[in-house]
Amino acid sequence: MAKKDTPPRWDRKMQQRLARGEAAALGELYDRFASLVHGLAHRVLGDERAADGITREVFAHVWEHPDTYDPKQGPLRTWVATLTHRLAVQRLRATETAALAQDGHGTTEDLERKVRHASVAARADYIVQSMPVPLRAALELAYFQRRDYRQTATDLGVTEDEARRRLRLGLQLLSTAHDAGAPGAPPGYGGAA
Amino acid sequence: MSGADRFEAYGGSGRPEDRGAQGGIGEEGGPGDAGARSDSGGADGGEWGGHGVSRDSGAGSGSPADGFGDPGEGSGGFGPGGPGDGSGGSGPVPAPGQPPRIPMPRASVEDGDRPLPALEEPIPSVPPLVLEHPVLKSLLGAWALAACSPQEAEAVEEHLGGCGSCADEALRLREAVGLLQRPESLDLDPGLRTRVLESCLDRRPPRIPVPDWATPYDAETARLDALLQDIGDAEWHAPVRLRWFEADEATSRRTTVAGVIAHLLTVDGLIAVALGLDDPLGEVRADAPTPAGRTEAYWRASHFPPTRSVRVPWREQSHDLVRTVSFTGVGTGRPAVSYGTFELPLHDAMLDRAFECWVHAEDIAEAVDYPYGPPSPRHLNRMIDLAARMLPTVLAVRRQTGRAAPAAGRHLVPAGEPGRSLRLEIEGHGGGEWLIPLDSPGAVGSADHEVAHVALDGVEFCRLAAGHVSPAEAAAGQLGDREAIRDVLFAAASLSRM
Repeated sequence: MAKKDTPPRWDRKMQQRLARGEAAALGELYDRFASLVHGLAHRVLGDERAADGITREVFAHVWEHPDTYDPKQGPLRTWVATLTHRLAVQRLRATETAALAQDGHGTTEDLERKVRHASVAARADYIVQSMPVPLRAALELAYFQRRDYRQTATDLGVTEDEARRRLRLGLQLLSTAHDAGAPGAPPGYGGAA
Repeated sequence: MSGADRFEAYGGSGRPEDRGAQGGIGEEGGPGDAGARSDSGGADGGEWGGHGVSRDSGAGSGSPADGFGDPGEGSGGFGPGGPGDGSGGSGPVPAPGQPPRIPMPRASVEDGDRPLPALEEPIPSVPPLVLEHPVLKSLLGAWALAACSPQEAEAVEEHLGGCGSCADEALRLREAVGLLQRPESLDLDPGLRTRVLESCLDRRPPRIPVPDWATPYDAETARLDALLQDIGDAEWHAPVRLRWFEADEATSRRTTVAGVIAHLLTVDGLIAVALGLDDPLGEVRADAPTPAGRTEAYWRASHFPPTRSVRVPWREQSHDLVRTVSFTGVGTGRPAVSYGTFELPLHDAMLDRAFECWVHAEDIAEAVDYPYGPPSPRHLNRMIDLAARMLPTVLAVRRQTGRAAPAAGRHLVPAGEPGRSLRLEIEGHGGGEWLIPLDSPGAVGSADHEVAHVALDGVEFCRLAAGHVSPAEAAAGQLGDREAIRDVLFAAASLSRM
């Protein structure tokens, strides 16, 4: 069976089906994005059950308000990631604030730093997952497998120039994880301008 | 497109930062530059190799590089200005006007400290590297990852002292390295899907629900897909033995994990055809329109053994089936699904496919040594119910072909009347009790006419019905008419097929 749907088309049709109240569409949406949503929430919150809760909230939001996604503003995947990020950071701030009020350890600056750190880490995850596969593969070899760029080039079957280019480009993409401005502001997932 | 790619379908599709970064790279490194660089790399090949070894051994000996490489430690492992180093709200960016403080890459930190004596030897024979600005710039990524040679690292670091734009970028890339993390575990709790979907549907009831009888198929295909997501390329070729009962004998057929998915694709295709969707067999002609006939034809038609690429069409078809039955499966006029030698109503065919999906997912999980649990109790119960409802017909066919004890000497039971019955008691989650009429598919099971009682665990019963356990070996508690019990157990095993 040929793949008929290009991503923008898939996104648009998915939104229409969700708006129509088609339960099967909700299942397909979950199958496509659940591991992204859960992974990001877990990176921010560091807790399995809290990540489950965010996953539930994200899909409930999309299902209840499919019209809040505008396909013209960017891919559905980006929108879902942004929504996940916002809800997870909100939850982290709420739990940390409650903990602070209860035992008085730490300062609000500590709290903000923790929130910012979690937020950047989650965005970095998203960037790594979304970057073109060749770039990710090069980073994987050079960083996790500790190959130098010549070995990386050999492993990937590309020139040394190309290996250097991929490592640099991959890190350039990754470095945009820091670019989201103040914590709590809409994170820069790079979709809607 | 591989299955994994589906989740990356949007990668690099024109996100603004992609373009920005592309532009940054594009401003240098034309083809001429690339050629020059690889020439010099080739000429120096032997020497680089030697230093590669020293880099590796340094990394292996508990250097700062190891500390940094541990994603658990993350940010703390390197110098001032590292991401999240706790230096307060100002962040890693230096005050304007000040030169950026650039942390050294992980390996070259100790290369810079330690190898000074060692440098005395190579330096006379190897002149210091003189590299052009574009080459040095192109090395920044590798440098930040400590993935270039000590000479190159030295040349880059020297250059950073005098080049503001490279220094800025070096700092930025160095910090980016601190953001590389092992991916979070992908193993989602398979029960989470059901819980999330149910909570959504509670909040906003669907206008077009997935029919009750299609939810086991929806859940089982999602569970199998999650397993496939996790397995590696090589595991798709792990051998799997399909097992079933034919003519009361255990039968098997060897294939691979990918071959099993191809089997599910072609047999699920029976429902696709009944619903008017595309037949996954396409132009391939099967000897017989049966599950086995179609599967063998599909396997034969491909020049190469199936690979993981079969996952996408299988998954798309399963999504299409759930979607289509949500629209057309309600009300009367549902099409029957032909299996070649028999037919099932659409709702039973969907249950049957859910059952097969689980059974084969277990085959796959066993082959690749992954854990795999039974379906949810509610779905397991429906699968058992389907088997229990099919037993009277199967018994009648077996009687006609001499495989079950004849009904001779017993009074014929008119349709709709109570008849001689066996009580099937299924224990465990998803269990229950079923009265199986023994003498006629039209008869009604009756407690007053109970002649035998069989008790077994739900999963064990399903293994029996899948042909994975023989009737003789099935762990079943038995009471009453032994011949009736034997007939029912063999009939259950004969429900299995390829």
